Amino acid sequence: MRRTARTCTSILAALVLTAAVLAAPAPAAAKTEIHLWHAMTGQLSEAVEELARQFNASQGDFEIKPLRKGSYAETLTAAIGAYRQKVHPHIVQVFEVGTQTMLLSGAVYPVQDLMKEHGIPVDWNGFIAPVVGYYTKDGKLYSMPFNSSTPILYYNKDAFQKAGLDPSKPPQTWKQVEEYAKKIVAAGAAKCGFSTAWPSWTMVENMHAWHDQPFATKRNGFDGIDVELLINREFGVKHVGQLAAWQKEGVYSYGGRAGAADPKFVNGDCAMYIQSSALIGGFTRGVKFQWGTGTLPHWGAPYKQATSIIGGATLWVLKGKPAAENVGTARFLKFISDTPQQMWWHVNTGYLAISNAAVKNLEEGYHFVRNPSQYTAFAQLTGLPPMAPKAMQGAKPVRPKAERVATPNSQGLRLGNFVQIRDVIEGEMENIFGGKKSAKQGLDDAVAKSNQMLKEFAAANKP
Amino acid sequence: MKRTVFQSRWLPYVLVAPQLAVTIVFFFWPALKSLQLSLFRVSPFGDRMTFVGLDNFTHLLQDPDYYRSVLTSFVFAGGVTILAVGGSLFAAALATQKIRGLAAYRTMLLWPYGIAPAVAGIIFLFIFHPAYGVLPYFLSFVTAYEFNWLLRGWIAMLLVIVATAWTHLGYNIAFYLAGLLAVPESVMEAASVDGAGPIRKFVKITFPLVSPVTFYLVALNMVFAFFESFGVIDAVTKGGPGQSTEIMVFKLYKDGFIGLNLGSSGAQSVILMAVVITLTMLQFRFAEKKVTYR
Repeated sequence: MRRTARTCTSILAALVLTAAVLAAPAPAAAKTEIHLWHAMTGQLSEAVEELARQFNASQGDFEIKPLRKGSYAETLTAAIGAYRQKVHPHIVQVFEVGTQTMLLSGAVYPVQDLMKEHGIPVDWNGFIAPVVGYYTKDGKLYSMPFNSSTPILYYNKDAFQKAGLDPSKPPQTWKQVEEYAKKIVAAGAAKCGFSTAWPSWTMVENMHAWHDQPFATKRNGFDGIDVELLINREFGVKHVGQLAAWQKEGVYSYGGRAGAADPKFVNGDCAMYIQSSALIGGFTRGVKFQWGTGTLPHWGAPYKQATSIIGGATLWVLKGKPAAENVGTARFLKFISDTPQQMWWHVNTGYLAISNAAVKNLEEGYHFVRNPSQYTAFAQLTGLPPMAPKAMQGAKPVRPKAERVATPNSQGLRLGNFVQIRDVIEGEMENIFGGKKSAKQGLDDAVAKSNQMLKEFAAANKP
Repeated sequence: MKRTVFQSRWLPYVLVAPQLAVTIVFFFWPALKSLQLSLFRVSPFGDRMTFVGLDNFTHLLQDPDYYRSVLTSFVFAGGVTILAVGGSLFAAALATQKIRGLAAYRTMLLWPYGIAPAVAGIIFLFIFHPAYGVLPYFLSFVTAYEFNWLLRGWIAMLLVIVATAWTHLGYNIAFYLAGLLAVPESVMEAASVDGAGPIRKFVKITFPLVSPVTFYLVALNMVFAFFESFGVIDAVTKGGPGQSTEIMVFKLYKDGFIGLNLGSSGAQSVILMAVVITLTMLQFRFAEKKVTYR
C-alpha cells in the first residue's frame, strides 16, 4: 500500500514537473544543445561542468549540457535505455570495462570518423600510445579518451620515517614491500603494511600487464571475441597466493572493492596503498601526513617488465543525431583534447593528460618538478624511468629515454561481459583472502566462470 | 457488514480503475515483459534479439552459483523473518506494559519504519565498517578477533539480516501493538486468578490470540525480504564477500543492469516471481488452518 501511494505521488510529481518544463520560456539565443551524460562525482563533476562552461564561452553556436546519471554502470544502462527509445544524449561517458560492449553495439559513431567527416583536423599520433591504444580498433580511434588513470603506489612518509626507512625511497619490488611492511608493523608505525583499491584492476589486470604476462588469449581480446582468461597460470597463482599469505601475516590488509579501502590509508592504518593515480588530488586535500608515490612494485626476474594499463572512462558519440548537431559534438571533443584544456584537466583532477604536447608543456613548466607525485603515472605508462626531482631542479627538464615499452600484454584488455568478469575475479579473490579457497582453486574457478561468460558474449555477438 | 449498493453500473469500475491501472502498469506489464525477455538472448543495445527458447533457464539451472544464490535468499529471508517478527513481538509485548512514558516509547519503536532500506544500510555501514566503523573500533579493545565482514561471509550475512530486520521492525510492531491491545483484559485476569504466570499467560493466551497477526507478518516479511531488501544489500555488501550475500534479487539486478545480460536477468525474475508466489500460496494453504481468527 505504502509503495502504491509513493508511486502515485511520484507520477503526480513527474506530471507537475513536465508541465513546468513545457511552460518554461525558450531561451532567447537559439544555441544548439549538445547533451553529455557522465558519471563523475564531487570535485570531478565540477571539473566537467567547468570544461563545459569554458567551451560554451569559447563560441556561440553550441551549448554543452553535462548531466550526471549516477555510477558508471547506471550511466551506461541509462544511455542504452535512452538509445532504444531514441532519446539518447549525443555523448556518453563509458568506463573502460564497457569498451567491448560499446564497440560491438552498432550504436557508436567512431570519434575518428566524426572528426574526419566534419573537417576537424586532429593529430592522432600526438596522443599517448597506451591511452589511445586501449580504445582503437582496426587502426581507428572509437572513443575520445577523457579521464584516464593508472594504479600507482602511495606511501606514508611519516610511517616510513618512524620505522627507520628512507622516506624518499618507495619500495620498487614486492620483496621490499614485504620487508618494509614487516618493519613498519614491528615499529608500530602502522597497523598493516599495505592495502589495495579495485582488487581486480590493480592486483590482477595490472600485475599481469606490468610483468608482461597475458591476461587472456588472443592478445588480451584485441584479436577476437572467442577469448579465454589466463590468470590461473603460474604468475597469477603466485601473486594472489602471496597476497593471501600476507593477509594472514598482517603485511597486506584487504579493504574491499572499488575505493572502499581508501580510509585505511587516509587514517594511517596501512602505510602503503595501491590505488588509481586519479586519487592524487583527493589525497592532497584530505591526507594529514606526508606522503609520496612510487611505481607499482615488481617481482623481478624471471618476469620481464612492461608498462601498466589504464583505467577510467572515455566519451562515446552515439549514432542517430542530425549532422548539424554532430558538428557541435565534434568541436567539443576537439576542444577538450587541445593542449590548454588537457593541461588544465590534468592539474585539476589528477587524471592523465592524453597528448604528448600537453605532457611536454607540463614538463617545461616544471609542473612535475613541483608535483613529482603526478609524474609517476606517466612514467609507468610510457616506460620512462622514475624521476629524481632534486637532480631536475634548476636545469630544464630533459626527457629521459624510455626504458620499457608497451607489449601485447600491456596494451590493454578487451573483453565482453568484462564488468561481470571483474566481479567474478573479485569475488574469488575474497574467497581466497578469506581462507575459503586456495589461490589455485579460486583462480581456477574464476577462470571457469569467466570463460563461460565470454562464451555467452561471443554467442550473442556472432558477426 | 453493510453492503454498499451503487446506483450507477459504471461507478464501481471507475473507482477501482486507478488502482487497477497502477497494478497493470507497474506489475502486470513489467512481469509480461520479463517473461518475454527470458526467452530471448538480447544484445545490450537491444538491436539484436534472438529467440532461444528456454536456454536462459537451462543455463541458470546448470549454474551452481545460481543455486547458491537461491539458498542464500532462503537463509536471508528466513533470518530476517524470524528476527523481525520475533523481535517486534517482544518489543510490542514490552510496549503494552503499564509504564511511565509509554506513548513516547511506542512512538520511538515505530521510527525505523520511516527509514528507507538504503539509508538503513548506510547507517549500519557507518556503525560496522571494519575500516571506519565505530563498533569494530571499540571491539578491538575487547577482543583480538577481527570482525572483518569484507572477508568473512557469515558476519556479512548476519549484518545484512540484522539491518533488514531492523527496517521491518516498526511496521511489525505497529501490527502487534494493535493485536496485543485487542486481547481482552478479562481473559488475562481470569488466567491470573487461575494462577498462571506471565510466561504461561503469554504462551497459552496472548500468542494464540495474536496468531493471525503473526501469520500475516510472516508472509509479508518473507516477501519483503525476497523483493525489497535490495537497498540494504546494495548499500552494505554488494553481494560480497565472494557471493555470500548475493540474494536472488541482487543477482538479477547485477546480471541485468551491470552485466547487461538481459535475457538471463529476465529468466531470473520469472523464477523469483514463481518462488515468491509459491511461498505465499503455501503459507496461505497450510499456515492459515492453524491460525485462530476471532
